[in-house]
Amino acid sequence: MLRINCPYCGEREHSEFTYGEDATRTTPDNDAPMEQWNTFVYERINPAGEHLEYWHHAFGCRAWLKVQRNTLTHDISWVGLPHENPQVQS
Amino acid sequence: MGQYNALNIAWNALFGHKNWQRAWRDPEPKSNYDVIIIGGGGHGLATAYYLAKNHGITNVAVLEKGWVGGGNVGRNTTIVRSNYLLDGNAPFYEHGMNLWRDMAQELNYNVMFSARGVMNIAHSKSQYDTFARRANTMRLNGIKSELLSPEEVLAREPIIDGSADTRFPVWGGILQPDAGNARHDAVAWGYARAADQLGVDIIQNCEVIDFIKHGERIIGVKTNRGDIHAEKVGMAVAGSSSRLAEKLNLHLPIESHVLQAFVTEPYKPLINGVVTFGAGHFYVSQSDKGGVVFGGDIDGYNTYAQRGNLPVFEDVIAGGLTMMPCLSRLKLLRNWGGVMDMSMDGSPIIDLGPIDGLYLNTGWCYGGFKATPASGYCFAHTIANDQAHELNQAYTLDRFAKGYTIDEKGMGPYPKAH
Repeated sequence: MLRINCPYCGEREHSEFTYGEDATRTTPDNDAPMEQWNTFVYERINPAGEHLEYWHHAFGCRAWLKVQRNTLTHDISWVGLPHENPQVQS
Repeated sequence: MGQYNALNIAWNALFGHKNWQRAWRDPEPKSNYDVIIIGGGGHGLATAYYLAKNHGITNVAVLEKGWVGGGNVGRNTTIVRSNYLLDGNAPFYEHGMNLWRDMAQELNYNVMFSARGVMNIAHSKSQYDTFARRANTMRLNGIKSELLSPEEVLAREPIIDGSADTRFPVWGGILQPDAGNARHDAVAWGYARAADQLGVDIIQNCEVIDFIKHGERIIGVKTNRGDIHAEKVGMAVAGSSSRLAEKLNLHLPIESHVLQAFVTEPYKPLINGVVTFGAGHFYVSQSDKGGVVFGGDIDGYNTYAQRGNLPVFEDVIAGGLTMMPCLSRLKLLRNWGGVMDMSMDGSPIIDLGPIDGLYLNTGWCYGGFKATPASGYCFAHTIANDQAHELNQAYTLDRFAKGYTIDEKGMGPYPKAH
């Protein structure tokens, strides 16, 4: 079972959270070319390994969190707030 | 190897079945082929078979990193159906149904296809109305469908909780009588054997490590068993599509998610067809061996691990017990996970790749098993003719950029929701 260490609430069970999405994507400017919008809306890097993603502590403090999780092992190596980023790791 | 028939089963029985030959060869990879198919699952093997049979292209290699039948073709809930709404989908899956019906004869391999019917249950008037729309659309597309009253639903599956005070009373149902189940492993083995007999090399334990390019064209692959060249390279590696495409710096409209499935110990006949619960997500059937096979939602977060988590496990079981309370007495034998290519609109991609020499077969979400024959049929056509068959012309890679998504569920670009 995934357990996420919420910065506000401490370590809580998976069932308190809902998954958001890939946190590495950034919204293009309104007048950006269509290819950029297509990349943003539809294309995913979908890595096998470390993945930065949003989770919502829906049944807890209701904060949105940013989580670094390994998609091969489910190990969570970092949890922060949406505007934060993990230290660059190898 | 020869044909399988009643006579040689009886003959071999005389010798204690000790003289059967292997079902397909175990060739060393050659350095050159006309076509390489990456992925020895159902779709890859079916593609190789139809390339040889329909298009006369027999100098084909199927490269499988593990063993035939060891991937998603062996990890599904074996349901075969074509109850689709949209024009891009319905004819494709219905063509698949026709191929399923004749598959055992065509492949000379008993794939145990059983048209026991797929019944979806409605629990409210509005849900029943959407089922009526679906049933009518199916009929317009020439696919048999029936709307069922609550009595008819319960007559087909007496173990459904039909009491008035249940949380989600049965309001009715929709039935696709021609749909059903097939034996998943046998489908892979049958296509492998039939393709092999037509001259296709099936190479197991052969992992593709990288692509070989000449200018802007793909001319082969590097594998752990050496370089293999080919004019055309097809990818049929649902579950690993993004990982392989990454080697070409190609980002697909796909996220990988895990779907869990479950099977109980074998029991006496309990469930007659395939049944789905309408108030949650739960689908169930009983295998010929007696195991009750079921599944539900994907876990809902990106993963490549072939195992899921307990909250979804609990959710699936809860749905099942609400619909069929007697299932609580059964003992679970196994639970497993398979990695799905969840596409951005819930529909697959069978298309020429964006790089010359590359062909894509990907994005099957969790409906890939039923599509096995139609997918192979269309992918083979696409590879042989460098253009889509009319059945897969909607399954293009650029449909997202162009706004022609095929969103059967109407969820938008959220792979976890399809």
